[in-house]
Amino acid sequence: MTAVSTPASLQRSVHAMDNAEVLRIRNDFPVLDQLVNGKPLIYLDSGATSQNPLSVIEAEQEYYEQRNAAVHRGAHHLAVEATEVFEDARQTVADFVGAQYEETVWTSNATEGLNLISYALSNAALWAAQGRGASALKDLVIGPGDEIVVTEMEHHANLIPWQELAFRTGATLKYIPVSDDGTLMLDAAADIVGERTKLLAFTHASNVLGTINPVAELVALARRVGALVVLDACQSVPHMAVNVKELDVDFAVFSGHKMLAPTGVGVLYGKQELLDVLPPFLTGGSMITTVTMERAEYLPAPQRFEAGTQRISQAVALATAVNYLSETGIDRIHAWETTLGQRLVKGLESIDGIRVVGPASGSERIGLAAFDVAGVHAHDVGQFLDDRGIAVRVGHHCAQPLHRRLGLTATTRASTYLYNTTDDVDAFLDAVSGVRAYFQA
Amino acid sequence: MSLDQLYQQIILDHSKQRHGSGLADTAAPEGAATGQSHQLNPVCGDEVTLRLAVADGTVQQISWDGAGCSISMASASVLSELGEGMSVAELHSVIDNFREVLRSRGKVQADPEILGDAAAFEGVARYAARVKCAMISWVAAEDALNQATS
Repeated sequence: MTAVSTPASLQRSVHAMDNAEVLRIRNDFPVLDQLVNGKPLIYLDSGATSQNPLSVIEAEQEYYEQRNAAVHRGAHHLAVEATEVFEDARQTVADFVGAQYEETVWTSNATEGLNLISYALSNAALWAAQGRGASALKDLVIGPGDEIVVTEMEHHANLIPWQELAFRTGATLKYIPVSDDGTLMLDAAADIVGERTKLLAFTHASNVLGTINPVAELVALARRVGALVVLDACQSVPHMAVNVKELDVDFAVFSGHKMLAPTGVGVLYGKQELLDVLPPFLTGGSMITTVTMERAEYLPAPQRFEAGTQRISQAVALATAVNYLSETGIDRIHAWETTLGQRLVKGLESIDGIRVVGPASGSERIGLAAFDVAGVHAHDVGQFLDDRGIAVRVGHHCAQPLHRRLGLTATTRASTYLYNTTDDVDAFLDAVSGVRAYFQA
Repeated sequence: MSLDQLYQQIILDHSKQRHGSGLADTAAPEGAATGQSHQLNPVCGDEVTLRLAVADGTVQQISWDGAGCSISMASASVLSELGEGMSVAELHSVIDNFREVLRSRGKVQADPEILGDAAAFEGVARYAARVKCAMISWVAAEDALNQATS
């Protein structure tokens, strides 16, 4: 077996993270050790995609070097080994978010997970109308007169699948508005989530505002009227301890590439009693029991939702990434990123002509900050920062309605992760303080 | 390639003093044939609506509304200033030349004799992610020109 590099984190105790530890962590990330435009790379775009530690890269390589085979079929040695590591990976990821093995479905990414729920629900209406499937399916039917509720701060991935579900079922889409301080208007939410509401979908943490939404309060609103709850956990699971059972959501999704894993793998969590009755989204091989020329019977979850050959190496690598996060300590990472996030927001607030969107410094936020620079377009800000080796994201961050609400078309966003130091934040702030002068704004 | 070669002073100036900006403020000359084109880059949100008026084979007026980065706004401003007074054939040929320079990844040098102030966008060609910013108003102008002359 190839030696897999040991994360620096293995040797650590439970003290709070500091710059010295982060610099050791950074050694595990080959891509971060490079010059961009002649300057050391400062990567502040982990909210878009995170980087991979060597152990994750090696896990994927090791899989291909040692045990590549199609899972759940074939009796040969490699097929058995591949199936074992693939299913072990599922258990590792399930444990990380407090889910059961059977409730943890591999997807390509969070977007696919949300589309899967959306299509499974409209398929439920088709099945129920023809008396197909379990009787419990009737409770999941969404149709004309019903309402689907989202929020104004959603990423397009947690908005458009619900627009389309409303279109396919004849239901109405409503949304909980965002207040000026970047939090959800909960008073309004209590009226919007009503007797007709069949589903409430919202993000755990906003990829633009940095707001952490009050999951318990929102779940309580949904439970009051018997609505399903879908949680977009893309910006929470990589950065803080999340337990889907404690949150009591019906579904949750997240993406591997935002949590140190490769692209192409994500996770859908769903309560077992829901996953087992919902019709599949994609159909084909590996998800069936009996197939005739006329029809097919389907396996229970998770296989029910995993048609075709799966993203095996990515799943294995995602489990390795989860181990890296667990060994470092997800609570320690969260505490460190909270420090970085507050430093970011506070620093930006003190620069003339900068408007940070979302909660002000001192309020609860995740470790990112999106902002507008008076008189300078975000694209130009990004170019200016790139010239100094600083990678940030610019644009609407897949949240056009939210930007419209903020009266902006684009913002610049810096987002941190466990491999960022306070020096990274300070270098970024120093660069931002020179933007308006450079562009003569 | 330094940032200053991308953001030349002439570009920064045009991004603030925008020639031809304000569709509502400028009525098309009477008797002129007009074409109007809206272009959007969904990746960054740059947006330009450009109206072009042609009479007697000459471009009489180029007006536009837009929102976007300094490169996209300056490019629309330079185009508007440069294109007014050109013959239809001249503007077509200048647009073709501009596109060739911008898509050359820095291999084709801009000729100030042909492109005037638009030669300042030569540096953009080396920033692949910014080529569309510089091109957006020129794509709109080409479309509007075809409408006005069809």
